Parts: sequence; structure tokens; C-alpha cells
Amino acid sequence: MNQHFMLDGRSIPFEEGQTILQAAEHAGVFIPHLCYHPEFKPHGSCKLCTVKVNGRHTASCTMRAVAGMSVESDTEEINAERRALTQMLFVEGNHFCPSCEKSGNCQLQATAYHLGMMSPHFDHFFPNRPVDASHPDVLLDFNRCILCSLCVRASRDVDGKNVFALSGRGIGTHLIVNAKSGRLADTDFALSDKAAQVCPVGVILKKRQGFAVPIGERRYDKAPLGEPVDTTEGR
Amino acid sequence: MTYQLETAAHPEKLRRVAIDPVSRVEGHGKVTILLDDQNKVHQVRLHIVEFRGFEKFIQGRPYWEVPVMVQRLCGICPVSHHLAASKALDVIVGAQRISPTAEKLRRLMHYGQMLQSHALHFFHLCSPDLLFGFDSDITRRNIVGVAAAHPETARRGVLLRKFGQEVIRVTAGKRVHGTGSVPGGVNKLLTVAERDELLKEIYHVIQWSREAVHLIQKVHTQDPGLYNSFGIFRSNFMSLVGHNGDLDFYHGTLRARDDNGAKIFDGVDYQQYDKYIEEEVRPWSYMKFPYFRAIGKEHGWYKVGPLARVQNCDQISTPFAEHERKEFVDYAGGTPMHAPLAYHWTRMIEMLHAAETIKDLLHDDDLLAGEMVVQGERRMDGVGVIEAPRGTLFHHYRVDENDLVTMANLIVSTTNNNQAMNEAIRHVARRYLHGREITEGLLNHIEVAIRAFDPCLSCATHALGKMPLAVELVDPDGSVVHQLSRS
Repeated sequence: MNQHFMLDGRSIPFEEGQTILQAAEHAGVFIPHLCYHPEFKPHGSCKLCTVKVNGRHTASCTMRAVAGMSVESDTEEINAERRALTQMLFVEGNHFCPSCEKSGNCQLQATAYHLGMMSPHFDHFFPNRPVDASHPDVLLDFNRCILCSLCVRASRDVDGKNVFALSGRGIGTHLIVNAKSGRLADTDFALSDKAAQVCPVGVILKKRQGFAVPIGERRYDKAPLGEPVDTTEGR
Repeated sequence: MTYQLETAAHPEKLRRVAIDPVSRVEGHGKVTILLDDQNKVHQVRLHIVEFRGFEKFIQGRPYWEVPVMVQRLCGICPVSHHLAASKALDVIVGAQRISPTAEKLRRLMHYGQMLQSHALHFFHLCSPDLLFGFDSDITRRNIVGVAAAHPETARRGVLLRKFGQEVIRVTAGKRVHGTGSVPGGVNKLLTVAERDELLKEIYHVIQWSREAVHLIQKVHTQDPGLYNSFGIFRSNFMSLVGHNGDLDFYHGTLRARDDNGAKIFDGVDYQQYDKYIEEEVRPWSYMKFPYFRAIGKEHGWYKVGPLARVQNCDQISTPFAEHERKEFVDYAGGTPMHAPLAYHWTRMIEMLHAAETIKDLLHDDDLLAGEMVVQGERRMDGVGVIEAPRGTLFHHYRVDENDLVTMANLIVSTTNNNQAMNEAIRHVARRYLHGREITEGLLNHIEVAIRAFDPCLSCATHALGKMPLAVELVDPDGSVVHQLSRS
């Protein structure tokens, strides 16, 4: 690991083939992300991990590290863009943290806290997305889907089942279940599937679990994402 | 028990006075009064102007989400909704009896809430009226005025509430809108450190609660002419009563009495509540009017809350509160006291009972260890009832085979008191406003009567002391003849 690049003025070592995000994580530097998962091929869709490389915007989860490159990440400008992206994710779905059982374990919520998001800012879409409670062990609450496609990749690449897919285009893109009926109960999906474990938000939920873990003992209660971003800069 | 003054015979010729919003209550409501040219009162109504819709949007959600979602009805006593929903879902998940540990932790959470809610109501919302007078200087008639004139009373009010909030925090995870109670039990135990922290304060809390009872007892008994008659009406009353007829806020069976104290029903399993209680819809309010089926709409309405509970039970299990209950019953002369201002006295007796019960629970090691959740045979239908600070609270749910809620029916405490509050303000309007020129002080008399019930008009909380009050006298042709406002 004798090659380095500069990230926010800090020298980051990397191995050949590593992306900027992988090298940064390895060096203990947090770059916000939602669709990236270390066990899966990068998707580059959420754009939360956007950085500036030599002055140009790029997704750090797909961009390979190159020796000597200069990367900006934790800047007022980029964090403001990430915040706006996060706000858009919140208003596109129905994210009601106060009654969501994923609250405290939710990567979207933790990212919003990290970025100092104080309000949704944009008008809510309030889409009508019925839940799928047909499976005996798993509830699908599509209201909270952010189209990260982690369940699609996990089901296809690890479980070999292809239970999920993204359908439609552009603003009409949505998560579907690959069954004629469209119901999860009519697939061979199982609670033990990798796809049941990877949802960063509250879409794929183990039934009857709810609020079994108390406040204060949830994942991001104990270990918030990165250091909170200073949102007072430039005000 | 009549509906006099509910609907004027010829409203088109009358002037309308509106108290909008009613201040120093939880939530948002308004009072309208119709007067003729001689200021004679023809119609008085308490309107609930907020529309909430929780019963509808809980449909289609998974049942385990319900206790956390529905508590958002309220920021003052969310624990009541949290626990009433949990109790209904205990039935759904087949936990007919939850573990002793879970029941005691829930009880601790609930009694902490009783303490904080009663303290908030008495000290922050009502003490200005009771200590300074109903038509005293409006600039002093608030908690800041109380803090200036009676600093120790105000300080205790703040600290009592704070203690109750701490009890809620250690049991529910947060002071407001926690997650501690789950279908079939609880999700956390008390730690030794949390228990010891509360034990340090509890004896002060009990003493302050005793003194609060004595304060309101003195205020009440020094002016019996006012306190025994202000806004008075006779009615049935109802509450849960616990084992052996004890006062119990968490669990029990339903008991109702008529205005003379004779039992209408007793020992009723609340799973059967809809066989005993019916709700009537009236076109001018979003709030329904419940009544006892056996007696009918006209005479079957009732009151709930502290005045009902303290007179409905046979005894209180904690010694100081039982002593104060006997004092109250003796003062009432062996027949039910119906004066709305007696709510304050009984509310403080309940606060004392809550404090004593918290002390007893904190000495119980079941809070520190034991089974947290139990489950049994799954059912489709469940009712949960609890005595919330403001009165009996009903939650009823149906859940389908896929675990989604298909039906929700809530009868909140203030709804149970709907007709009673309307009767109280009609009495006050007849006695104090009839034929007189309207002043802010006189209108506050109407609000004092409403406040006695501690209504949670939307089950929502608003910024304390910042509610604007605007009163307008409007001629039949719509022109404003007189205006009063405070902000």
C-alpha cells in the first residue's frame, strides 16, 4: 500500500483497484453513502458519496483511486449537495420516523442527522404505496424505499432467487416483487436470505419484531455515522 | 340532565361571542355563546375544532407499530395512549397476563405520567385562577405571575413535573413519545442506577404532593359558596376500579354510578365495553358524545377523570392518599360531590397516590429482572382500557391474519367528558354572563369551568402561556361591536 491520494488535505493510502470510498473507509474517513455496501458491486445510484476529484463531481463508490489525485469530500459545498439529495429522498417516499420501527437503526435517518438536515425543505410527494404483508415472516413497507437496489443485488447475486427488481424509469422507478401476483408470499423468499438483511431503511422488516430493541440501544444511538457535519459554516 | 342552552330556538337574531381558542388547556377548542339584545344567553357550546383521523390512518399498518404511532395523539399524556394500545395488543398476541416485571414497569411508567400531568395541570395551568381569582389582573394570571407571588409553589410544580418525566424516561426511553411498552410486555428493565436516582427524590415528591393536596383543600374549603357550586351539574360517573375496588389507574374492571352514587354497572370486563357504551354524533362538533346504552342518550351521559375515580373506588391502597380521600368524602357529606372545581382537589389526591405508588414500585426488585415479553394464542380483536390523567381511555383494534390493523376505535378521556363540560359552561354562562356586559374576566369564568376537567381537546400540546385569545361581539348583521384580545 505505497500509493496515496489526498482527501480533504489528508494523505490516504490505497491498493490498486480500490475505489476512493473503499480506501477512505479503510483509512477511517467517513464518506456518506446509502447504496454502497462493502459486500456488493457498487451501484453508483444514490449519489450521496459524491466527491470532487480534481475539481469535478464524481461518485466515490465507483471512481477508482489514482495516485496523486486531489479529492474534496467534507466541504460546505458538497455537504450542502448531499443534504439536498437526502431531503429529496425523504420527500419522495413516506418516511415517518416517529412511528417507524427502523428509527435508530436506519441509515437514511442517521445520514440526515450526520448532515444536519433540519427539515425536508421540499414539498412531500406523499405517494400511495400499500404495504405487502402477505409473507408470514417478512413485511414489505414500500413507503420507505430509496431505490438503493441492495435487496435486488443480494437476492440475485447471493441468494440466487431474483425476488426483487426495480421497475419503471426516472421518477416512476419503483421496487417490485418478481411474482405474477406481485406478492412476496408467492416467491421463495425466506427470512434467512441475504436480501432480508441488507435494507438500509425500513422496507424489508422481520415481522413482529417492532420496537423490541429500546431507545438508546439501537445501532446509530450507540454509534452515530461519522462526525456531525458543521452546518453553521458560511451562515 | 337536560340539553338546555345547547341549541337556541332562533339563532339568526342573536349576537355571537366566541372564545377562540380556549387558553390554558391542552389542545385547541373554542366556545361560542349566543346572546340577545339584553345579553341574555340562548346558546353555549364547547366546540372541538381539530380533526385528527388517527383511527383511519392506523388502518393498514402492522399492529406492532400501533403503540408507538398512536401515542402521537398527544404530547402531554402520550404514555396513556402508548399503554392503552399495548394492552389492546396484549390481547391480540395472546398475552392475557403479561409478566409481573412487565406489568410493574408499565405501571411505573403510567404513574410517572399521572404525576407529571396532574402537576402540570394544577401548577402551570390552573393555579393562576385558584390563587389570584378568576377575574384577577390578566397580566398576572399565568404561571409567571404565580412564580413571582408564590415562588416556592411554582418551583415545586416544575420539580414535580420533572420527576414524573424522569420516571417516564427511564421506563420508556424518552420523556415524550418513548417505545418502552410493546405488545406482550416491555422492551427494557430498570437499572439499579436509574432506580437509585429516582429513590433520591421520591420522598420530597411525596411530601410536596401532600402539601399540594392541603393547598387545594384549603382553597376549596375557605370558599364553599364558590367551590361547591361553580358550574355544578349532576351526572353519572364512570372509571376503572382495581382489585377489591381499589383506585387503580392501570388496570381493572369498569364501574359506573348514577348521580346519587348507586351503581349502574360494576365488574364489567372492558373487552365488552361496546355493550355498555354507545357514541352519538352531533353536527356541530368533531367530538362524539358517549352515553350508557342502558340509560339512553338523554340521561346516559357521564363524567370521568379524578372526581369520578376518587368517588367511584372503595379505597386507595396507599396510606396518605387514602387519608386524603376520606377527608374529601367526609367533606362531601357521604353523597357524590358534583362540583367541577372539586376536580382539582381529587386530582391532587391522585397525584399523591401516584407518588406513593412510585415509591412502593421502586422498592420492588421485579423492576430490575424478569421476563419482559410473553405471547400466546393469536387473536383478531383486542380492547385496551386505562385510566389516563383525564379519565377512562379506550383503544379497540382488529388485526387481520397478515398482521395489519383493519379497524381502530378510540374513545379518549375528554370525549367521555364532552357532555359534562358543555353542561358546566352552560351553568356558568347562566349564572355569571346572563344579562351582563361581557368582560374578559367573565369569559375567563367559562374557561375556568373547562379547565377543571383538564381537557385535552385535540390530545395535542401547544406552547404554554402563548395561546392568543380573541373575543369578538358580532351584531346580527355581522359587524363587530366589541373586541377583546390578549396575546
